[in-house]
Amino acid sequence: MSKHIDRRQFLRIAGTSLGVGALYSVMPGCATTGEAGETARRLALGNGERVTPFSFVQLSDTHVGFKGPPNPTGTAAFERAVEVVNRLPETPDLVLFTGDLSHDSEDPAEHAARMRRFKEIAGRLKVPVVKTIPGEHDAGLDGGVLYREAFGETSYSFDHRGVHFVALDNVSRAKPEVGPERIAWLKRDLARFPATAPVVVFTHRPLFDLKPEWEWFTRDGDEVMNVLAPFENVTVLYGHIHREDAHVEPHVRHYAARSLVFAFPDPDKVADKKPLPFDKDHPFKNLGLRVVHGGPGVAPAPLALGIDEVELALQERSGTEGFQQILRPSSL
Amino acid sequence: MSTPFQKWSCIAFAAAALLGGAPRARAGEARVIDIAAKRFEFSPRELVLKRGEKVTLRLRSGDVTHGFYQKALGIDTTIEPGKTTEVTLTPEKAGRYLTICDHFCGSGHGGMSMTILVEEPGAKEASR
Repeated sequence: MSKHIDRRQFLRIAGTSLGVGALYSVMPGCATTGEAGETARRLALGNGERVTPFSFVQLSDTHVGFKGPPNPTGTAAFERAVEVVNRLPETPDLVLFTGDLSHDSEDPAEHAARMRRFKEIAGRLKVPVVKTIPGEHDAGLDGGVLYREAFGETSYSFDHRGVHFVALDNVSRAKPEVGPERIAWLKRDLARFPATAPVVVFTHRPLFDLKPEWEWFTRDGDEVMNVLAPFENVTVLYGHIHREDAHVEPHVRHYAARSLVFAFPDPDKVADKKPLPFDKDHPFKNLGLRVVHGGPGVAPAPLALGIDEVELALQERSGTEGFQQILRPSSL
Repeated sequence: MSTPFQKWSCIAFAAAALLGGAPRARAGEARVIDIAAKRFEFSPRELVLKRGEKVTLRLRSGDVTHGFYQKALGIDTTIEPGKTTEVTLTPEKAGRYLTICDHFCGSGHGGMSMTILVEEPGAKEASR
């Protein structure tokens, strides 16, 4: 029926243990042969964009408004992350925020103010497109009313350079679930695309049972993954767990980004879900930036990736505290 | 206490109260255990059950809607304020089960949980 190509390599997004966020480079159009390349060209031509490489960044869990011992610095890491993104040698096309933009407040006016503060900081990003989805702290208490007023719809999709992006809300129903209406919407949305279309789903909670006892799961995650099952190249980007994680299945890769406020420990190593303590000598410990560079691969792989990790650190410089970006090889 | 009988009766009742949080059920009936939920904790924080023992957890919220979820024990319910929610279970396997609130209830929601410890029959009985 179609030529055999390694469609799993058509869109490869790799993550590493990072901090502030994740930068991905995508080379869908470099699959110049086979059905995969044709799919990318049709998608890109459909939205008026030519098929070219691009990079994007995932930032997550900024929790603007949070104050507490695990992070007494407030929005410092978030603001620093924006500076780092703006100084990347290759300007990303897109920044995706995967939820918990704000920390909730029972006072709607205060919560709305926190969302405005988030927008003010995110507005400093010098990138063409910024997209967001809510976390439970943004939308769990009021079903997403304030979030929609500030940011727009909680589930939506768009196409960019041959890749179909889907923002999927799994927080507005208070319980950790997507819900039947949104799953039906997802089915209708994806029905337009062939199985070879590269799909990136960005959501807040993990769509698989990472650690249900820590509420690191989505109750109807299996149903969502069943809708995605026909697609051969799916990447799920999420936040919520405040630590990196990579979960790879045959046609799907799930990548979690670290938060920009505090980290959680490895659930396999500790019993209690408690934030890792703040280290005043390393205020951005466990926070950093993931950079992924994509380029043409050697046949039959259409895509090759290189990964750098950028870790935020505090460094003394001439008696003045500063921050240094440390490049080190990926550990994933 | 004016008589030795009254004195020892009181001591016996006090001892019974200390040993169990609720009256022991008759054979075939489930033992009822009250659990209170409020932002952001369950009370008691830890519960000890016996493998094979049928128990009914009687759940009440002191403020807002909370969830009560532990997949392995078959617990999956919502606790609405003003209502009493009952969950009856017979644990089949000994172990330590973290039971969480899975209905977002505010900033401390992520840490709202209780531990259900299921012991083998014959182990020391206590509700903590």
